[in-house]
Amino acid sequence: MSMIHVTTTINGVAQEYLCEADETLLDVLRDRLGMTGSKEGCGTGDCGACSVTVDDRLVCSCLMLGAEAEGRKVETIEGMAEGETLHPLQRKFIEHAALQCGICTPGILVAAKSLLEHNPNPTEEEARYWLAGNLCRCTGYDKIIRAVMAAAEEMREAS
Amino acid sequence: MNYQAPTSLDAAVDILAGAKGDCRILAGGTDLLVRMHSDMAEPDTVLDIKRIDSLRAISQEDGGWRIGAAVSAAEMGENADLVADWPGVVEAANLIGSTQIQGRCTIAGNLCNASPAADSVPALVAAEAKARIAGPDGIRDIPVEDVPEGPGKTSLKPGELVASIFLPSRPERSGDAYLRFIPRTEMDIAVVGCGVSLTLDASGNCVAARVALGAVAPTVIVVPEAAEALVGTSVDEDALTKMAAACSEAAKPIDDKRGTAEYRVHMAGVLARRAAVIAKKRAGGAA
Repeated sequence: MSMIHVTTTINGVAQEYLCEADETLLDVLRDRLGMTGSKEGCGTGDCGACSVTVDDRLVCSCLMLGAEAEGRKVETIEGMAEGETLHPLQRKFIEHAALQCGICTPGILVAAKSLLEHNPNPTEEEARYWLAGNLCRCTGYDKIIRAVMAAAEEMREAS
Repeated sequence: MNYQAPTSLDAAVDILAGAKGDCRILAGGTDLLVRMHSDMAEPDTVLDIKRIDSLRAISQEDGGWRIGAAVSAAEMGENADLVADWPGVVEAANLIGSTQIQGRCTIAGNLCNASPAADSVPALVAAEAKARIAGPDGIRDIPVEDVPEGPGKTSLKPGELVASIFLPSRPERSGDAYLRFIPRTEMDIAVVGCGVSLTLDASGNCVAARVALGAVAPTVIVVPEAAEALVGTSVDEDALTKMAAACSEAAKPIDDKRGTAEYRVHMAGVLARRAAVIAKKRAGGAA
């Protein structure tokens, strides 16, 4: 079976790759493009560790084929910081110790960034529901939510 | 595996009808890719319908709404006019999975996945939604409840796919609602789900109703006795009690890890009563 040629944009950069028809976008990111920030937790869309945005829509990259990304705009955790400058969410996660083992962190950051783009001033309840598809087995979520709320506040003040 | 992403419905039907081996439709992929991941599905061809513009659209038609098979639940929730007309259908669709799943999952896929516990299906059945089926012999429209035949089984013939779901026009003073019970607050599969759609007259009496239950039988079921208990009443306590009893009577669930049959029978009545109260309020009825 011949490989599929895909042209897409990842973190603002034009990108081409070849992939198998049954390869997920997550596999393409990790194994073909070396972007290992997105994690595979469950592989079935339950844990959110593989979260990316596609045309500004938050999705699980494990539940999307690499071939589907043709012509789409993909954003991953690798595009979050600008060089050495961390995104406010990343800084707040460190300040609030909102991570322990770190496996869920990239997915949660991508999901939280998407939340704040849709809703810059979420209530805690809205933030918890938005992030319900991102599982963390270490923190108990409280620090994550505090970090997201603190980043939201800082980003509102800055804008 | 072969991946196809046609840009017209005709081309999709041709591919599906001509495909050798197992050809699966890829809309949101939130069920299909899970099955592929766990080797429960090993398709020879995956037919992606998201490049077909007409299947990506939510459009008004004959006073109702046509929702393309590739429209995500999140897109439904962002359409304020659709939400105003069919709040119950949209709230049901918006209960499927997480934010991530919402960005991809579709009501046509939820219907064709044929899970007895599918969240959007009781609401669609209560709404008297029609599924538009495209196939080698052309187009046909059937009630959504005629699509699932049992867990994981549909009535679609080889070469057919659901192209869109149609929600009919609503009379004045109509409302719908969907409620489900899950052990967690989010991200779980319905133990029981209930969709209610009803219409009131100017004096607040119910003139039409439809009640559907999920997760209490091999397919979503319509409960005409529950609707009859509401019609001709002001959806008062007495009517609600009779409707709840009719729902519990109609429920024929199984025991599983999410709940016992006895519990589901009870909850069918509880949820139906609460959903009817919400639907009545949305129809403009007195509290």
